Amino acid sequence: MTSTTETGPAAPEAPRHTRALRGGLLIAALAVALVVAVVVAASLGQVSIPPQEVLGSVMHRLGLDLGPQPTGPQAENALWVVRFPRVALAAVTGASLACAGAVMQGVFGNPLAEPGVIGVSSGAAVGAAAVIVFGLNALGNWTVVLAAFAAGLLTTLLVYAVARSGGRTEVVTLLLTGIAVTAVASALLGLLMFASGNDALRAITSWQLGSLASATWPAVAAVAPCTAAGLAVSCACARRLDVLALGERAARQLGVDVERLRLTGVAVIALTTSAAVAFSGIISFVGLVVPHLVRMAVGPGHRVLIPASALGGAVLVVAADLVARTSIPYQELPLGVLTALVGGPFFFWLLRRTRNRAGGWG
Amino acid sequence: MIGLRRRPRLPGPVERGEVALAARGVFVRRAGRDVLSDVGLQVRHGELLMLVGPNGAGKSTLLAALSGDLRPAAGEVVLQGRPLEAWTTRELAMRRAVLPQQHSLAFSFTVADVVRMGRSPWAGTPLEDEDDVVVLRAMRDAGIAEFADRAFTSLSGGEQARTALARVLAQHTETLLLDEPTSALDIGHQELVFSALCAEAERGRAIVAVVHDLDLAAAYADRVAMLSRGRLVACGPPPEVLTAPLLSEVYRHGIEVLPHPRTDRPIILPRR
Repeated sequence: MTSTTETGPAAPEAPRHTRALRGGLLIAALAVALVVAVVVAASLGQVSIPPQEVLGSVMHRLGLDLGPQPTGPQAENALWVVRFPRVALAAVTGASLACAGAVMQGVFGNPLAEPGVIGVSSGAAVGAAAVIVFGLNALGNWTVVLAAFAAGLLTTLLVYAVARSGGRTEVVTLLLTGIAVTAVASALLGLLMFASGNDALRAITSWQLGSLASATWPAVAAVAPCTAAGLAVSCACARRLDVLALGERAARQLGVDVERLRLTGVAVIALTTSAAVAFSGIISFVGLVVPHLVRMAVGPGHRVLIPASALGGAVLVVAADLVARTSIPYQELPLGVLTALVGGPFFFWLLRRTRNRAGGWG
Repeated sequence: MIGLRRRPRLPGPVERGEVALAARGVFVRRAGRDVLSDVGLQVRHGELLMLVGPNGAGKSTLLAALSGDLRPAAGEVVLQGRPLEAWTTRELAMRRAVLPQQHSLAFSFTVADVVRMGRSPWAGTPLEDEDDVVVLRAMRDAGIAEFADRAFTSLSGGEQARTALARVLAQHTETLLLDEPTSALDIGHQELVFSALCAEAERGRAIVAVVHDLDLAAAYADRVAMLSRGRLVACGPPPEVLTAPLLSEVYRHGIEVLPHPRTDRPIILPRR
């Protein structure tokens, strides 16, 4: 915190501007980091392609004769059929999850809310798994997304209805609700696995662990619009989400239509979470860690928090997926396991801090 | 999404002495019991009305009914000539501000951020241009300008209360409903806040404040309304309402009232 000694009219203005500036700088820095992460992730793998060739290939596809083209025998193919869709899906998934986390924390008024923690991811996974097991594909790739969305929306509404009392959500109630919802969802997933054949079983298992191995362009095309829509709507709600931090009653007295905002928020959470879950499974803690780090850097204002979290989430998942597929040669670590390894202890730390601040469980 | 809805009606100018907010025959029932029965009350522009009464008399409930948080079982509340239900949430927020008794904040926004939240009803209207000026003035009036950049959650109770008051002042409405604005404040800040509120009333605001400190009511109120067991038992200028017999009966404790030697305003003392 900066402290100002002068109390003239200009005094509170200066830090406001520096904070706005910091928000802008963070967003710019994260955008640059995302570009770097995408290029690095596309260049590394079983077939290494130098970054300048990656850039060159993109330029040539864009019709610009700039930079060297990939020289390896399979390089061009590997890049456009395998790597780029995977990196794109990683970025879109990460952005979705972090955006869902930021909005969820705002709507619940609780920094511990996260799609994975409160069971929305598991709920959405049940919807998606049902589609796979029963072989439904009435709407092509969209079938999975829609089923995940329906199940995710239902779960979010359920958690929201159950975990609130008297206009606020207590930490303990929220977490216990999450445990209960996750238990039911896991049981349903288990039943679906029991009922399914070998192929579906593999698909569902890889989901529970979270993986981007099945990334394709059509998958990216199905997820990206959901992410974009979710981000646009949540950015439009940013100011009202700020006011909601005062509590529902105070927000209403300040002219916020709380019921409407709440429903919009729940729809955004369900949409972005299911979009992320539909093709890559349960990747937990991204929605918890990223918004939290952003808040520590630039404060809790949602106008910066939401876009910065989306960018940060994209960077994080692109990097995590790179580690997942390159750390052990010819094998892949499950991505969800990797994020949980880092996110779990972080969650624990956050929990302790929240508890200490509240002086026990309030 | 907002474009689909009717544009909010911006408040027009108000006249001093006009009725800002009126409750007529208001009943509120909770668990089969009348928490408020047949309460009628008017507050005019330019007036500071203080609500007093013992614990559980229904002061906060009346404030909730006046603000529209609580729908009365019978009777109606009229704000600037229209029943509360005739205004949208946003239109209400442009006309009346409410200071709650308790202050909570989910994330660690700074004091300046919290005060600025008071400006949110005016987003997208021409009055948005005044945001910076109004926020600064509200922070100065509440005596919090020097910690504008500290996190709200790191403040003491009294500092949080003053920040909340600044947010309400920044909302810049013609009617203010305040639930115990000074109960967490030291005597110096109490006086600072009520001088500021008197100045606001002087400018034509209508202010209703719940207070426990009867001396504050005696010193600053234009009128005092006394509630007892859900009923309005007296309403008028402080010397008429704050009398020894009435106070002793309502508070069930012997109370003496002496005139202040200099100002002649009543001084209220419990018998000890």
